[in-house]
Amino acid sequence: MIKILYFARLKESLGKTSEDFELPYANFTVATLMTLLSSRGEAWSREFGKSGNLRAAINYDVALESSVIRDGDEVAFFPPVTGG
Amino acid sequence: MRQRRRDTGAVVSFIGQVRDINDGSNVSALTLEHYPGMTEKALENIVAQAKQRWDIFDALVIHRVGSLQPTDQIVLVVVSGAHRGEAFSACEFIMDYLKTEAPFWKKENTSAGERWVDAKSSDDAARERWTIKSSSSGE
Repeated sequence: MIKILYFARLKESLGKTSEDFELPYANFTVATLMTLLSSRGEAWSREFGKSGNLRAAINYDVALESSVIRDGDEVAFFPPVTGG
Repeated sequence: MRQRRRDTGAVVSFIGQVRDINDGSNVSALTLEHYPGMTEKALENIVAQAKQRWDIFDALVIHRVGSLQPTDQIVLVVVSGAHRGEAFSACEFIMDYLKTEAPFWKKENTSAGERWVDAKSSDDAARERWTIKSSSSGE
């Protein structure tokens, strides 16, 4: 089981802040998760599809689309940051 | 930070504050969201990189979250060192990295309603300036 967190604009467009998610198999990448999430509906496909511009983090570290997600990880998706 | 080391010759600081206008609209308030856990780690990482790259003594970053109004301070960066050159560069580096790597997101209240601020390509360009280009000379 992993935890997925959604931040900023994503919370509003997807209608949720977080969820528990069961990894279907090992060596599950960020890209695979995004493809899976994009199939959930219109807003999901807009955000997680090819034209989206989301960033990801795994356990507080910046993650790439090729990064592998492991059981127990905390994965976060968010738009490009705008602090400072 | 000024007095911790008596060989401190330079203390450089930057304050970022809320403006009442952005991208063509008047801004009456700002809300700063962040990712607890990653925020602290990212800021610590940025400071560690600055200390590694420049000969500085110490760096402090304070970033506010929650509701803010125009002229409120958002972020403070203070860098101390022996001389100003290193301290100025480190301070600018920290801000350029914070703007592109630290997980904060701004939401503005404008006369046209609420909107999430978009990241700027100029911030990415500013951060790119600090990339160490390794030369591939064959000698």
